[in-house]
Amino acid sequence: MITVNRYVCGYCGACVGVCPVCALELVETWIEVSDECIECGRCVKLCPTGALSLEGAKG
Amino acid sequence: MRCDVVVVGAGPGGSMAAKTAAERGLKVVLIEKRQEIGDPVRCAEGVSKARLSSMIKPDPKWIASEVKGARLYAPDGTSIVMSEDKSGDEVGYVLERKIFDRALAMDTARAGAKVMVKTRALDLIRRDGSVRGVRAMRYGEIIDIEADVVIGADGVESKVGRWAGIDTSLKPGDIEVCAQFLLYDKSIDDEYCEFFLGNELAPGGYVWSFPKGEHLANVGLGVIGSRSEPGAPVKLLRRFVETRMPDARIVEMVVGGVPVSGPIERTIADGVVLVGDAARQSDPITGGGILNAMQAGVIAGEVVSEAVSSGDTGVEGLMAYEKRWRESIGKQIARHLDLKEFFIRLSDEDLNKLMHSIQSEDVSKMDLRGMLRVLIRLNPKMLWELRHLVM
Ligand SMILES: Cc1cc2nc3c(=O)[nH]c(=O)nc-3n(C[C@H](O)[C@H](O)[C@H](O)COP(=O)(O)OP(=O)(O)OC[C@H]3O[C@@H](n4cnc5c(N)ncnc54)[C@H](O)[C@@H]3O)c2cc1C
Ligand code: SF4
Ligand code: SF4
Repeated sequence: MITVNRYVCGYCGACVGVCPVCALELVETWIEVSDECIECGRCVKLCPTGALSLEGAKG
Repeated sequence: MRCDVVVVGAGPGGSMAAKTAAERGLKVVLIEKRQEIGDPVRCAEGVSKARLSSMIKPDPKWIASEVKGARLYAPDGTSIVMSEDKSGDEVGYVLERKIFDRALAMDTARAGAKVMVKTRALDLIRRDGSVRGVRAMRYGEIIDIEADVVIGADGVESKVGRWAGIDTSLKPGDIEVCAQFLLYDKSIDDEYCEFFLGNELAPGGYVWSFPKGEHLANVGLGVIGSRSEPGAPVKLLRRFVETRMPDARIVEMVVGGVPVSGPIERTIADGVVLVGDAARQSDPITGGGILNAMQAGVIAGEVVSEAVSSGDTGVEGLMAYEKRWRESIGKQIARHLDLKEFFIRLSDEDLNKLMHSIQSEDVSKMDLRGMLRVLIRLNPKMLWELRHLVM
């Protein structure tokens, strides 16, 4: 599951633009993750602040 | 609610598109999900003076400073200077985008468009298979805004395009991930933009310093996504500032992503037009996207006005947009994509060699293309595959 550290996130929207399945949404100052996430990890790698992490297996 | 055109996103691209369409008599709604247009900034704010002035009258209210030129540093510190009139597309004015974006939105409102803030597009409305507007959330309520055409100017996130079936998602090699500080430091040169190259400083990107007057500057960097790791831009920037200007006072922080994919296959769909970063129209080499977004916005506003009055808002009716932006800004974007793909592969040694080779030449009066021509003449072997770019 993708988790967002809201204390680190700079709400820039870069992760939204790279997600291949449109699973992320920037709502003004926070990121929402939908069930569509396929846990590819692309957003984690590209986040400029390191606010995202991929934890646990899909279940 | 019903209108002719709904524009999603009140950045420079969306505002110019909405303004142009409103000036031509269309009923236009411009929606922006933030409650404050232009804030937070995701930009280093540098634009070409000449190109900006050809689109809008410069107003001291949103110009932070004017620079004389740019200095470019190789990894070993060797540098060259380019003058403002020639480094053209890269430097000239440093804007105050919080004020600039707002001023553009106000011009749009004055031209007759309805501007709605804190209104976030959620999806496209479709009827009989055709796009018929957007569904949005406004102050927590769902509203439908019906329109013949939707202009997606929703920036790097670019969701309107994806809702319309255009895959705009950026692969790691298609995005520069950035961090920036607005800082005060005595060492800031108020008259020159500076660019620092080097794989240690910013892998596949560069560090910039754009002065905003009285020793304030936007100091930031971009890293090519394919070589980035979680949080790398912020870490690298902190290291740069701590080592080169340990006494700097940081007064603002910015993070963001700039599309550097080059032209995407398609920027229109039935009843949908994409503009600016949403259409991936930012420059792959410089990362500049304000002026391209504005120019594309004007073209979109003009084409959509014609399409609405002719009654054909399908792909056929909007095709002129696709053609016109590719023939104008598209050419440079495509050339700069080739340049980027080459330059991100260069080692620090290569970069130093290139910079040394050009030391004895007078490049102060050259633009990027002229400089590239000289570089190719001096380093034919290394730059052989770039010949086509200067023909
Ligand atoms: C760190 C950094 C430095 C940069 N430096 C420069 C530079 O020096 N010079 C330059 O020319 N360019 C620079 N750029 C690029 C420049 O900022 C963009 O190219 C430019 O802002 C693009 O304008 P736009 O109108 O297409 O999109 P944006 O300015 O990004 O505007 C998009 C708007 O759409 C809104 N939006 C998104 N989704 C929705 C939705 N669902 N509903 C409603 N509204 C929505 C957003 O809130 C936003 O306000 C830089 C970018 C970054 C990240
Ligand atoms: S890329 Fe990182 S900092 Fe930017 S919005 Fe996404 S989680 Fe936040
Ligand atoms: S892990 Fe992949 S699919 Fe999931 S939100 Fe991130 S980019 Fe999207």
